[in-house]
Amino acid sequence: MTFETVIEARGVTKVFSTQRGLFRRRSVGARAVDGLNLTVRSGETLGLVGESGCGKSTTGRLLLRLIEPTAGSVLFNGRDLTELSTGELRSSRRQMQIIFQDPYGSLNPRMTIGDAIAEAYIIHGIGDRASRQRWVLEMLDLVRLPRSAVTRYPHEFSGGQRQRVGIARALALKPNFVVCDEAVSALDVSVQAQIINLLQDLQNELKLTYLFISHNLSVVRHISDRVAVMYLGRIVEIADVDALFTRPAHPYTQALLSAIPRSHPDEPRHRHPLTGDLPSALAIPKGCRFASRCPFVQNRCRTFDPPLDPTPDHSLVACHRAADGTLPAYSLNS
Amino acid sequence: MSAVISDPATASQSPTWHVASRLVHNRSFMIGAGLVLAIALLTLFAGWLAPFDPLRSSFRTRLRPPDATYWLGTDHFGRDILSRLLFGARISLTIGLLTALATGVAGTLIGATAGFFRPLDNPVMRLMDALMAFPAILLAIAVAAVLGASVPNVIIALAVATTPHTARIVRASVLIVREQEFVEAARALGATELRVLFRHVLPNALGPLIVRLTYVFATAILAEAALSFIGVGPPPPAPSFGSIIAQGRDFIAEAPWITIFPGFAIMVSVLGLNLLGDGLRDVLDPRMRT
Repeated sequence: MTFETVIEARGVTKVFSTQRGLFRRRSVGARAVDGLNLTVRSGETLGLVGESGCGKSTTGRLLLRLIEPTAGSVLFNGRDLTELSTGELRSSRRQMQIIFQDPYGSLNPRMTIGDAIAEAYIIHGIGDRASRQRWVLEMLDLVRLPRSAVTRYPHEFSGGQRQRVGIARALALKPNFVVCDEAVSALDVSVQAQIINLLQDLQNELKLTYLFISHNLSVVRHISDRVAVMYLGRIVEIADVDALFTRPAHPYTQALLSAIPRSHPDEPRHRHPLTGDLPSALAIPKGCRFASRCPFVQNRCRTFDPPLDPTPDHSLVACHRAADGTLPAYSLNS
Repeated sequence: MSAVISDPATASQSPTWHVASRLVHNRSFMIGAGLVLAIALLTLFAGWLAPFDPLRSSFRTRLRPPDATYWLGTDHFGRDILSRLLFGARISLTIGLLTALATGVAGTLIGATAGFFRPLDNPVMRLMDALMAFPAILLAIAVAAVLGASVPNVIIALAVATTPHTARIVRASVLIVREQEFVEAARALGATELRVLFRHVLPNALGPLIVRLTYVFATAILAEAALSFIGVGPPPPAPSFGSIIAQGRDFIAEAPWITIFPGFAIMVSVLGLNLLGDGLRDVLDPRMRT
């Protein structure tokens, strides 16, 4: 199988360092993302899941170079984003956009909806006033907002409507890659469904590629073609959505899936709940980073860091025992 | 940026309009605004309202107590206190207003630079800290003494003294706004840093500054009086609130009206400005409400 790659992260690392001490400065670094490798294929929706604090949002921002990686490179349509000058990066932003989680914080309260969307065109010097006006109205139609919204301010809209504005702004420049960073997590369930449907419709109409970051596994299962599972700054498993949800290979993925609530108490479920907390990103353990919480841990796991290796069914997993097939079989009734 | 479409039928409440409608219902703001407006009008029309030339001295009318001709009495040169107060308000209020504007510009530039361009934060703010280590009035006296007594120099002195605190306030609110998602959204669209600063960060960070400037205005009027009183204020014979009081000092026992009325004028101006500022703060910055 061959796929056209839109964006590829190679060994991307982000260390957030904080200075401690007033006179004897020492640097303490939190490795939010640690040697991450990830490819997003053209036209797909790649779900990115993981616990709070595992580096999902940081990954999204690193892929767009909204924050500077400490190490590694990001190839966007074959060009290394980390090598671009500020000006080149700015013009390449036309092709990659982001939709934010918080519909209340992501719109400037002092700009009308029309101005917020038109800013995209003004920044890139596209079109004259009249054509910008026309495009803004087209964008409002596209996200199913009334055209009268154009002169209104964000505080006059509900969360779901604001999220539509955020989507219109992100899509105004006709990007081909969009990061949806918890784009529906702050919305009511009924509104979530509307926004997800809108995102899927727009993907078909505009041939978009999504990186869909969420901690909501049901939403990810619904919208994604492939899913990447992240743990402590690194991908531990990537698989097609059906394979991942029916045959999770990594013990962490299995644990995550077992945490999805069932609709009926008698429904079979696989029980091995996660214990303990995510280790601190300030002190990432040696060996496999999941070893401290893994029910199937062996001695080698505590010493050797497992690589992200392909499995027979075209997925990738980073686990010694999954790689040599010694992991107890995953079944719903164990 | 251009307003994309203007359709009066759907014209809506801008945040500015929203704030204005809340200010109208704020009693503190309305009383303060009324006082300030009244004083401003009196000052503006001083030329018509003043019954006498504020500089005309006459030996025969010296130290008259308030009566039907000289409503607020006369000073030791026989000059009408009411006329001097009306014209004095011009200088005092001009100093207050220009100090507030100068501080606003300087404080915004310095505070925004420190808050937005992080590498500059430490050097710039440590310099501000050093200035803040001096009591503001002492700093103003020192600057005024070095530059010499004149109205522009008094304004410079007061602006230098009030800028560090103002810069801190602007920096603090820039630090809050710069972390908001709409700022990141603007960067994601490809906006330049200057565009992000001027279109997204500053417009949302200036509420506390406006409140601060009403306070600077009031402080400047008081400080002008203090500087005049010790002789580094605007030079005589032109009247200002402070210089009228300073000249009445020697006659305070036999002609208290020379000092009482300008003192009262200062009180009313400062009270009006402070009420105005309190009202603005309640509306613009609800977190600070007590």
